[in-house]
Amino acid sequence: MIEIGLGHYLTLGAIIFSLGMIGIFLNRKNVIVILMSIELILLAVNINLVSFSIYLEDLVGQIFTMLILTVAAAEAAIGLAIIVVYYRNKGSIRVEEINEMKG
Amino acid sequence: MLAHAIFFYFFSIIAIFSAILVVVSRNTVHAVFFLILDFISIACLFIMIGAEFLGMMMLIVYVGAVAVLFLFVVMLMNVSEQKLSWFRGSRKSNHIPIGLFVSVIILLELIVVVGGWSYRDTFTETKFLNFDQKITNTHSIGNVMYTDYIHLFQISGIILLLSMIGAIVLTYRQRVGIKKQSYLKQISREREESVKLVDVEFNKGINLDD
Repeated sequence: MIEIGLGHYLTLGAIIFSLGMIGIFLNRKNVIVILMSIELILLAVNINLVSFSIYLEDLVGQIFTMLILTVAAAEAAIGLAIIVVYYRNKGSIRVEEINEMKG
Repeated sequence: MLAHAIFFYFFSIIAIFSAILVVVSRNTVHAVFFLILDFISIACLFIMIGAEFLGMMMLIVYVGAVAVLFLFVVMLMNVSEQKLSWFRGSRKSNHIPIGLFVSVIILLELIVVVGGWSYRDTFTETKFLNFDQKITNTHSIGNVMYTDYIHLFQISGIILLLSMIGAIVLTYRQRVGIKKQSYLKQISREREESVKLVDVEFNKGINLDD
């Protein structure tokens, strides 16, 4: 309990990953919260990579965390642009009303 | 060690509760605020564990750029307050219990992986870059970022450029019916199309309207 090891950080990452997963599955309100859940999932991946990098004393994990940070920023920009265009066309971003493709 | 444990539990409890509140909060602006709190506490964990450069980068990129982008979009669209409870949509939906089930299964699998970690603690030696204890974290990242990983660095720059171009192309709207100054038209104006010499006959005048 007192000795904080790799397992504690991995458990934290697992919990945050599952919360992001729940946010994607259970969301009925708007698409922006789904994008925020994706950000949470990427954050959990970052926690895993950084804690492995520290505990294995290997720097590659931190380099890849930088790349994941880049991809997360790009994904947020593109996703929000798509949401803005959708809102401009349809006037609503409720998840229930997005059923154009009958998926 | 005790201080490490206390700070770890403090920051991780804040992170987990703010992640829960991101998912369940009814107001989207509040969800963005809790997302910022989550990023900040994870950045504190990174700084505490010894990855200072990544913690600071996380603050700059996530809190300074991504979360503010979310906040701008939420405030541009009038969706901040939706009077709708969390589990209840306007239509009946049967994928909520299945979604919860799958999420809990995923959490259990991840916990099993973490728990099984202690039975397999002999790593295969795949170390690429050892830590050098004499130089700082930022220094050691900078040593390899622009030399060994220059291709990944440039590819990530191209990804950022593409996302910027994509966002502009998606949201750009050509407006019609507004008066704009056209430099090309102004510069390429000739004498023939702007000045007309007319012979005015005596006592008749000319018609200027045509």
